[in-house]
Amino acid sequence: MNFETIVGLEVHVELKTDTKIFSPAPSHYGAEPNMNIHVYDLAYPGTLPTLNKRAVDFGMKASLALNCEVAKVMNFDRKHYFYPDNPSAYQTSQDKRPVGQNGWIEIEVEGKKKKIRIERVHLEEDAGKLTHSDNGYSLVDLNRQGTPLIEIVTEADIRSPEEAYAFLEKLKAIIQYTGVSDVRMEEGSLRCDANISLRPFGQEEFGTKTELKNLNSFNFVRRGIANEVERQEKILLSGGEIQQETRRYDEATGQTVLMRIKGSANDYRFINDPDLPEIHIDKEWVDRVRAEIPELPDARKARYVNELDLPEYDAHVLTLTKEMSDFFDATVEAGAEAKLASNWLMGEVSAYLNAEQKELHDTALTPEGLSSMIKLIEDGTISSKIAKKVFKELIENGGNAADIVKEKGLVQISDEGTLRTIVTEILDANEQSIEDFKNGKDRAVGFLVGQVMKATKGQANPPLVNKILLEEINKR
Amino acid sequence: MTKFTTEDVHYFANFAKIAFSDQEAEVFSEIISELVEFGDALKEVDTDNIEPMTHPLQMFNVLREDVPQDVLDRDEMLASVKEHEDGMIKVPNIL
Repeated sequence: MNFETIVGLEVHVELKTDTKIFSPAPSHYGAEPNMNIHVYDLAYPGTLPTLNKRAVDFGMKASLALNCEVAKVMNFDRKHYFYPDNPSAYQTSQDKRPVGQNGWIEIEVEGKKKKIRIERVHLEEDAGKLTHSDNGYSLVDLNRQGTPLIEIVTEADIRSPEEAYAFLEKLKAIIQYTGVSDVRMEEGSLRCDANISLRPFGQEEFGTKTELKNLNSFNFVRRGIANEVERQEKILLSGGEIQQETRRYDEATGQTVLMRIKGSANDYRFINDPDLPEIHIDKEWVDRVRAEIPELPDARKARYVNELDLPEYDAHVLTLTKEMSDFFDATVEAGAEAKLASNWLMGEVSAYLNAEQKELHDTALTPEGLSSMIKLIEDGTISSKIAKKVFKELIENGGNAADIVKEKGLVQISDEGTLRTIVTEILDANEQSIEDFKNGKDRAVGFLVGQVMKATKGQANPPLVNKILLEEINKR
Repeated sequence: MTKFTTEDVHYFANFAKIAFSDQEAEVFSEIISELVEFGDALKEVDTDNIEPMTHPLQMFNVLREDVPQDVLDRDEMLASVKEHEDGMIKVPNIL
């Protein structure tokens, strides 16, 4: 029997506000433990929440960017649970009336476009962080308690691990472009759980699903889902039944491991939060937020293909992060030819960033710097070989390509007279190679070109060297 | 009438981390059943086409600007917890 994979994702994204969602304590990442705390975060008796306006704006902005309908009236609800990561014993979240509903984003897998529907986007607060020790204690840091989050819930529209990967890649890009979050999985500002089930092809009804947690990178999401599909398939094929349970992906073994069995549905006893009055969102508010959304990845991609004649692949890679895409735009703006700018950014620049584990803003490279170098290559002032030297200087120490070329004496030698003198000297010193060439050994030319390049420290214009060499050999 | 059983008492007491003896559960089952019955009167009211009220106060859009303030002094906070270590609150291991 063949099974169809059914996946729905729940993605939590931390919003990049200056303060928490319900208290005015700072909400930045990386502070000393328990330094970003307000009395409300500790649920001290008598304290009341105050809703952060920017968190609401950001929730609306993300909802709009994900093609959701924004709520006209929304409220917050308490979701009860006991755990030391949240002193109030409830998470303030949105149950029946989330900020966004009925959205979608388009993904592309193996050349096929597909819409993944988004059921809802709701605002809620993050919990504190626990560090477990072996001696029977846990240590609580409540800095993260109250950090604004949006939870994005998809419909069960995803049919393969690859689609899940493509969805997350696209979601991350869109959210990053809107500027509401850093969406860094390694810092926990993007977290993903997957609901996975199988059903025989043709069957309408969904099978029993398991929830997969601890997916700490997009690759682990892909591998975790693939592994869980395999596990479920084995059980079903041997006549077994899937248990509704929560499983954890183990990075070391690549397997999914049972965390807990979900008996009856969790009873969170949702109630409207009586301390937080309703939020009424009118058209004016929506329009103001919508106007702040910049050009999104799909629109940019289309612009690169249609207006700049870039291949689809280039357009896709360049728009994966806003930083790369902004950098590309600025490089072209500064006068560089688009395809050359794309080649350098996808090639040398990306290779450097990967090797050094850096991001563009960590380097000294500027769009003007890159553009100045590309222009020198285009007008023949430097060869692409010399360009690599210039590039290294630009990305490590910054500046302008023309200055570097002048300072380091890297200008390409394109003067025929100068090159002819050097070529003559090389030929005089290599009578044997001339002989070899005349006897049909074409390789001898390559050797001679190499000698000229060596003599000019790589600065000779290669096509010109070739031309002069052949002319001079034929004279002899 | 809706009966709030002793099982219901134990079920909800568990969420609140309260331990009840069977005898106590019996007592609360009676009391809560009466309360639920009192609330049942509302079932008589025709609420079709009426939007549920989510807040008793007719106020909305109470919002705060995103500006940090009133951060709690950590030492002051830690002074009121039982045990702490490295600036963190020490609690018994739960899971």
